[in-house]
Amino acid sequence: MSTESHMRRVTAINNGTVIDHIPAGCAITVLKMLGIDGRRSTPITLAMNVPSKKMGGKDVVKIEDREITQSELDRLALIAPEASVSIIRAYSVAEKLVVNLGVEIIGVARCCFSNCATWGDREPLPHRLKVHSIEPLELRCHYCGRSQDMEAIIDNLL
Amino acid sequence: MASLITMDDLTNEEIIEVLDNAERLLPVARGETYLPLLEGKILGNLFFEPSTRTRMSFETAMKRLGGEVVNLGDVKTSSVVKGETLFDMIQMVDGYTDIIAMRHPRQGAAQYASDSARVPILNGGDGAGHHPTQTMLDLFTIRQAHGTLEGLNVALVGDLRFGRTVHSLSHALVRFGCTLTFVSPESLSMPDEIISDLKRHGADITETADLSSVIPSADVIYMTRIQKERFPDEDEYARVAGIFKLCAADLSPAKGGMIVMHPLPRVSEISPDVDNTKHARYFEQAFNGVVARMSLLCRLLNVEVPAIISSNGGEN
Ligand SMILES: [Zn+2]
Repeated sequence: MSTESHMRRVTAINNGTVIDHIPAGCAITVLKMLGIDGRRSTPITLAMNVPSKKMGGKDVVKIEDREITQSELDRLALIAPEASVSIIRAYSVAEKLVVNLGVEIIGVARCCFSNCATWGDREPLPHRLKVHSIEPLELRCHYCGRSQDMEAIIDNLL
Repeated sequence: MASLITMDDLTNEEIIEVLDNAERLLPVARGETYLPLLEGKILGNLFFEPSTRTRMSFETAMKRLGGEVVNLGDVKTSSVVKGETLFDMIQMVDGYTDIIAMRHPRQGAAQYASDSARVPILNGGDGAGHHPTQTMLDLFTIRQAHGTLEGLNVALVGDLRFGRTVHSLSHALVRFGCTLTFVSPESLSMPDEIISDLKRHGADITETADLSSVIPSADVIYMTRIQKERFPDEDEYARVAGIFKLCAADLSPAKGGMIVMHPLPRVSEISPDVDNTKHARYFEQAFNGVVARMSLLCRLLNVEVPAIISSNGGEN
């Protein structure tokens, strides 16, 4: 079965956003990072552990009546660097976006090091994690220089 | 350059330039001549944790160059404990001063301050992070003894895990092609992250726990203090502290020009009988903190150090 037919397994949407190629099991975190919860009145469709040739398994999220922006998508780089986004208008793909990791991730996650100058969330300057290497992804805090524990990054999302 | 937060803020050429200027400023640091290059400038000394040595040498450096110093005062009574953020504190001091020297218990605090301030920041130590002014005075001392920084054999001894001094210094020495030997007990060995960074920069590194084996080949033996509180029990501390004790007799196989350094204060790792040997350099090293910081203050305040400074009064 092709990816397309898997996609069709969940309802097609009229207007909104489809986020594909989310690592299996991360869909809920993705929604959380986008500030989307079940209290919205518009439908949200989640498909988890969908077989994927490229990723083995993946999650797919469809959000009706909301178009996510490039900067919102870039926030997802930390947990879903391969995510691809289709903006849907009138049942067809109007725009495609890919995650842009950039050189620095600002204001998305706090430094994991408990003795960092930014610790405690009272300091007003933004958390800044610099992309030290991409493969494997290594991030270092702009302030303290510590290499971030990528396993714990979800716990440190802002 | 806006601030000095880590040694990466200086190129090798800039390091040499700072050392050259420091050397010219020696008569001023000794008080043989008065050269008010920084007259009218105010240094803010922001020490959020106690540091007699670094704070005093910044203050001396500023005053020898005719500048003024304002101090944060006792951290216990200042607004820090009342919950003021570092950002707010820096905003205030930034308005009062032309340059800030700071030490803070949290790692990254100097970078944070630099991002919050308009005036330049000199990092005088941030948690387990960096201490670049110490590194500059260490480099100055090494170059003074050997005439170069290139290709020396340097042994770093003691607490290599928690000592930020040895981390910054190792990075700098590798940039000048020095061969490093790390001498420490297993429990205080150089962190893997740092070793892999150094090796990526082409470093030639040996690790050992045997101090006596490195003495014959070393050009520099850099001792550090092993702190009792790093050890779970007294016995383990005593065993380790005993191993890394350097006495005058131990130095007989050393090269004639080998120097022994220590960031001070020392406890028992260098016996007082080393003080009178030709190898001891730790007191000069402490004094060199003043010239190194004088040179850095001038650099960050964009004040040129004159090419010739005579020892009987000002510029020629
Ligand atoms: Zn940090």
